[in-house]
Amino acid sequence: MKIKKTLLALLLSSSAFLLAGTVGAQELPVAEAAEAVADAVSFEDGYAAFMDSPGAAFFTISNLWLLISAALVFIMHLGFATVESGLSQAKNTVNILFKNVFIISMGILTYALWGFNAMYPGFAEGSAGVFAMGSWFDVDASVAMMTAEYADYTWYTDFIFQAMFAATAATIVSGAVAERVKLSSFMIFATLLVMFAYPITGSWQWGGGWLSARGFYDFAGSSLVHGFGGFAALACVIVLGPRAGKYVNGQIRPILGHSMPLATIGVFLLFLGWFGFNGGSVLNADPYLVSLVFVTTALAAAGGAIGSIITSWLFLKKPDLSMALNGILAGLVGITAGADSIMPFWAIITGLIAGVLVVFSIIFFDKIKIDDPVGAISVHGVCGIFGTLAVALFSDAAGFGIQLIGTLSVGAFAFVFGLIVFGLLKVVMGVRVSPEEEAEGLDIGEHGQEAYPDFGTARTR
Amino acid sequence: MKLVKAIIKPFKLEEVKEALADIGIEGMTVTEVKGFGRQKGHTEIYRGSEYTVDFLPKVMVEIVVDDADAEKTSDAIVKAAKTGKIGDGKVFIIPVETAIRIRTDESGAEAL
Repeated sequence: MKIKKTLLALLLSSSAFLLAGTVGAQELPVAEAAEAVADAVSFEDGYAAFMDSPGAAFFTISNLWLLISAALVFIMHLGFATVESGLSQAKNTVNILFKNVFIISMGILTYALWGFNAMYPGFAEGSAGVFAMGSWFDVDASVAMMTAEYADYTWYTDFIFQAMFAATAATIVSGAVAERVKLSSFMIFATLLVMFAYPITGSWQWGGGWLSARGFYDFAGSSLVHGFGGFAALACVIVLGPRAGKYVNGQIRPILGHSMPLATIGVFLLFLGWFGFNGGSVLNADPYLVSLVFVTTALAAAGGAIGSIITSWLFLKKPDLSMALNGILAGLVGITAGADSIMPFWAIITGLIAGVLVVFSIIFFDKIKIDDPVGAISVHGVCGIFGTLAVALFSDAAGFGIQLIGTLSVGAFAFVFGLIVFGLLKVVMGVRVSPEEEAEGLDIGEHGQEAYPDFGTARTR
Repeated sequence: MKLVKAIIKPFKLEEVKEALADIGIEGMTVTEVKGFGRQKGHTEIYRGSEYTVDFLPKVMVEIVVDDADAEKTSDAIVKAAKTGKIGDGKVFIIPVETAIRIRTDESGAEAL
């Protein structure tokens, strides 16, 4: 594995050098030797030989499962788009949808240009395992990259599966800053977040960096995706400020989401996608593990919903649909770190606790005037931390100490990155639309378009 | 000519329309509106925060009729829209200066 990774890193460096405009890397003499070795048996022959071998069956099924999972994670972006627009006002719908279209497009592209290799660099022996340069992801097809020599899936499958994860970090932020963020500033921030920050923290664990060296355990990303996104979102919301009219005279004024059906569609799509998010993170088609993960994922989601329903009914007088929806998501985020290590009974408990937590967290953030229209900080940030700790609390996959260190470092990095970068953007170009535009709606102001033209623009404030 | 303008509870619209058809009135314009009179609103709660909804959904029905028909039109509406509970609504009768049928350019009573 290590020799392959070093060779891989060298092969990639030489590929990057050939591509103008990306990272300046030097062609190393060892790379040429490696290419010469690979050339000895042609890819076509080597690949054909592999596909004839007994290992090809499991490889093919695993590879297929990973690709299906990539498609499932992809559909989560539609889930995000609908949940965010459903919980926001009609006059900002186009803006939210646009941000989500941008995020998935930018996410895949930057991951190809830089992120994938920055996140999975194959840290050299003795390196701190903290940072690696990125580069263009594509490689010449070879047996080393496209057969079981690489993993239970091909290099391309690895790329596309991970690329779908990368963009979800930015979309977490888009919900929290909705209805008042300036589009161009958001696009710049999201690009920098996904392209540079996400691969750094990802490399700490999944890229073999310092966290993985210390036994940190984050199966599918409670910290590396959700905690990361949630705390970047928190930083941005602090810098951005609340929506106009949200906190008035010591009171919290509700700003109603315009479509509960859309929000519900979104959450169900996310739930569906999570089967790929967690299921694919097994990284092969192992029947026991994948089926276990499907079960723990579903049980945690259900637990989350029940936890939120009971909590909102008891403490907020009525069973709130939007809280129940957030509860499902909280349970899913909560199980994401331990879906393959926390057994079904404890998966329910994990979900239940996350569901209770998320309700109180949403109320808490409103009380301290952190305006989060969709509850992203609570669902992803708070429950991301909890989910990471749940691995230590409800399974033996890792100790509490390292889980705490890991989740806090990832969260802190994302938070500080958000504060600095979004803060800089605020100074340089502003991050917020004008009060007039906010009142009229970002659809008109930023896009000159209405989401529901036949119904007339809602000019509610 | 008179404009008979009625604000009624939304679920009463069908009944009012039929009552008007029964007395020979077949044209009307209907708008979804919100409003309140002495009927108070209610409290709702969203993500933990309570708020009062003062404006209640109503339906506004507008019909332009001959002076002679104004009273029977208004009576029909009142009878059909009444539930006896608070929030039933109101009927207003307003004078109309003229009316024109767009298709034929007829004006006055022929336009109704």
